[in-house]
Amino acid sequence: MDAATAFRMAPLVIVFPLLALLSNLVLGQRLGLRLAGWLASAAVGFAFLVSVLQFFALQVQPGGTTLELAEWISIGSLQVPWAFKLDSLSVTMMLMVTGVSTLIHIYAIGYMRADVRFQGDPSRYRRFFVYFSLFVISMMVLVVGDSFLTLFVGWEGVGLCSYLLIGFWYEKGPGGIGNAMAGRKAFVVNRIGDLGFLIAMFLAFWHFGSLRFEQVFLKAEAMGPAAVGAATAITLALLVGATGKSAQLPLFVWLPDAMAGPTPVSALIHAATMVTAGIYMIARNAVLFDLAPISSGAVALVGALTALFGASIAVAQFDIKRVLAYSTISQLGFMIAAVGMGAYVAGMFHLVTHAFFKALLFLSAGSVIQGIENGHPVSHSQEHLDPNDMRTMGGLRSRMPVTFAGYLIGGLALSGIPPLAGFFSKDEILTDAWQTHPVVFGLLSVAGALTAFYTGRQLWMVFAGRPRSESAAQARENPPLMRVPLLALAALSLGGGLINFPGLHPLGTFLQWSLEHAHLTEFDPAVAGLSTGLALLGLGTAAWAYGRRPLTVEQPEPVGGGLWIALHRKWWVDELYDRLIVRPFITLSAILAERIDGRFLHDWVHDTLLARGFSRTAGWLALGFDLRVIDGAGNALGQLIRRAALRLRALQTGYVRNYAISFFVGLVLMVGYLLLR
Amino acid sequence: MTVPVEYVIALSGVLFVLGVLGVLVRRNAIVMFMSVELMLNAANLAFIAFARARLALSGQVFVFFVIAVAAAEVAVGLALLVSIFRSRHSIDVDQVSSLKG
Repeated sequence: MDAATAFRMAPLVIVFPLLALLSNLVLGQRLGLRLAGWLASAAVGFAFLVSVLQFFALQVQPGGTTLELAEWISIGSLQVPWAFKLDSLSVTMMLMVTGVSTLIHIYAIGYMRADVRFQGDPSRYRRFFVYFSLFVISMMVLVVGDSFLTLFVGWEGVGLCSYLLIGFWYEKGPGGIGNAMAGRKAFVVNRIGDLGFLIAMFLAFWHFGSLRFEQVFLKAEAMGPAAVGAATAITLALLVGATGKSAQLPLFVWLPDAMAGPTPVSALIHAATMVTAGIYMIARNAVLFDLAPISSGAVALVGALTALFGASIAVAQFDIKRVLAYSTISQLGFMIAAVGMGAYVAGMFHLVTHAFFKALLFLSAGSVIQGIENGHPVSHSQEHLDPNDMRTMGGLRSRMPVTFAGYLIGGLALSGIPPLAGFFSKDEILTDAWQTHPVVFGLLSVAGALTAFYTGRQLWMVFAGRPRSESAAQARENPPLMRVPLLALAALSLGGGLINFPGLHPLGTFLQWSLEHAHLTEFDPAVAGLSTGLALLGLGTAAWAYGRRPLTVEQPEPVGGGLWIALHRKWWVDELYDRLIVRPFITLSAILAERIDGRFLHDWVHDTLLARGFSRTAGWLALGFDLRVIDGAGNALGQLIRRAALRLRALQTGYVRNYAISFFVGLVLMVGYLLLR
Repeated sequence: MTVPVEYVIALSGVLFVLGVLGVLVRRNAIVMFMSVELMLNAANLAFIAFARARLALSGQVFVFFVIAVAAAEVAVGLALLVSIFRSRHSIDVDQVSSLKG
C-alpha cells in the first residue's frame, strides 16, 4: 500500500465512530447494554488503527497531504471545502486522541455500567456512548480540518459534547440542578472564547482572503512584515478562543465545575483531549504566532500565570476530582506557555504525556470513587456520603492496589519525577523558558513545586494511613475491565518520555515535518536538577504535612491559615465573576425585564400606548363615527322617508274619485304640455 | 252623403266629457263603469272618424283591439263588483275606501 492510498483511508477515523453512533442511536436498546459500549470502543479502536496507518504513511511522504472530500462553501472568493489536512501535527493529535479514547472507552464500559446502576437509570448507558462517539467524531474534525472553519465545526462539536456530558446526570447535583448548571456554565464560558475564535476567523479572511490554513500562512509569510499587525490581531483573538477551550485565565472557571460529569468524561474530554484543542490550535497557527511576538508573549504569560494559579488552587481542594481539574488547568497552562514561547515541540510533547498521565489519574480517581461507592452500601451507615471527598478516604493502598499503583505512577509523572513521562515533557518546557523567558520560568517552577505538593497531598490523603470512613474501609477493587486501561495508561505514563527522549527527539523531528519553525530543545542538567529538586521538595512537604496526622472532615488544614482559606475558596474567582459579571448581568436583565420590557414596553407602549390608544380610537370610531355618522346617515334617511311617507299618505284617500281626478288632472297637464310646447 | 269629420269628433268629445263627468261625479260603481265604457267608445268613435277621413285601416284595427280589451276589462270589473257587493251589500264606491293610507 502506498502513502496516497493510506491517506485516502483517513476519513475512516470519522466513519467508524459515526457507524457506532448511528447503530447505537437507531438499534438502541435492542443491542443490549454491553454491546453498546463495546461497539463504541471498537469503533474508536479502529479509528486508532487508521491513525497508525496515517503515521506510517507520513514516514513515506513526510509532507503529508490535503485530502479534499467535498465542496462545502463556495461563495465568491470564499472557498471552504470539507478537506482533511494530514500532516505530522494532525496525525500526532489523531494518534493521541484515538489512542487515549480507546482506553477510556473500554474503562467506561465497566465504569458506566456500575454508575448507571448506582444512579438508578441503566437506560442512560447507551446515551453515554452515543455522546462519546459524537465527541470522537467532533474531535477528529477538529484536528484534521484544513481550514479555520472546519476546525471551528469540530471545536463547537466537542463543546456541545462537553456540555451534554457534563450535564449527563442533569437531574442530579446540588439542588437537583447543579449538574445542569455546571453544563450551562461550561457552555456559556466557552461561547465567550468562541467569539474570539470567530473574530480571528473573520480577520483572517479579511486580511488574507482565505480561511484555509495553507493559503493564509502562505499569504502571511509572503507579506512578511506587512502582515505583523493583522497577525497580531488574529492571534490575540485566537488566544481568547484558546483561553475558553483550554481553560486558561480568565476563562478557566468552567473546568472545575465540569467535574460534575461522569469520571470517564472528565478523563477524556476535560483532561486528555478536548481541553488541549487550544494548544493544538495555537500550534496549528504557529506561522501567525511567529509573526506576532506580542501575541506570543501574551500567550506565554497567560499560560504561565494560569499554571501557577491553577496549581495554587489545587493545593486546597478536598474533592478528588476538583484537585485534578485545577491540576489540568495548571498543566494546560504549561502547554500554553510552551507554545507561546515558540516551543511547539515541547508543548505538543507535554500535551501527549499529559493526556497519558492525567487520563490515568482521572481513571484512577474514578476507580477510587467507585470503590468507595461499592463500599458504601455494605457499610449500612446512615452518614451522607460524598464519594469525592478525600477527607473520608485513606488507607486505600491495601484495598485497591491496582488503583493505587495507577494513581502513584500518574501522580509521580505529573509531579515530574524522572524517569516518568511528565518529567521529560515538563523539563523541555522549563528549559525553553530558561533560555527565552525568565519570568515564565519562575512562574512555572513555582507551579511545578506546587504540583508536586498537591499530588503528594492527594496520594497521602487517599491511599495512606487508615480509612476515615466506613465506606473507605469497605472499598473494593473494581472489575478487570476498569483495571486494564489503568495498566495500559500507567505503562504509557512510565515510558511516555521515550517519544521525545532527549538527544533523539523522535516527536520533535516528526513534528518538524509540519512545523518548520519548531526547534528541538536539548537537555539541560541544571534545569532538570532544579525541577526535580522542586518536585521532591513538594512531595516531601506534602508527606510532612499530611503523612504524620491524617486529616478528617472536622479538622482544619495543618498548613496555611488565611492563605489556605484563599486557596480553598479558589481565590474567590467564582465570587468575583459572580459580583462583576453574573450579578450585574442578572440585575441588568431584571432591569431590562421589569423596567424596559415590563413597565416600558409592556405597561406603557403596549398597554398604554397601543392598547389604550387603540381602544380610544376604536371607541371614538364606534361612538363618534359609526354611531353618529354612519348610523346617523342611515337613520336620517329612514326619518326622511318616514316623514315624506306621512305627508304622502294623505294623498292615498282610498276614494276612487280622487284617484280619477288626479288621473284626469295629470292627463290634462300632459296634453296641455304637449299642445303648448 | 258624408258626415264631415269635425262633427263626428265633436260628438266624440262630448261623449268623452260625459264619461269623465260620470266617473268623477257618480258614486255608483256600475254607472262609473258605464262612464268608462262611454269614454272608451268616444275614443273608438274618434278612431273610426279619422280612419274613414284618411282612408286608413289601422284606425279600425285599433278599434277592434279596444273593443276586445274593453270586453276583457268588463269581465274582470264586473267580477270585482259582484265580489264587493257580496261583502258589503252595496256598490257605493265611497264606502270602499279600505286602501286609504
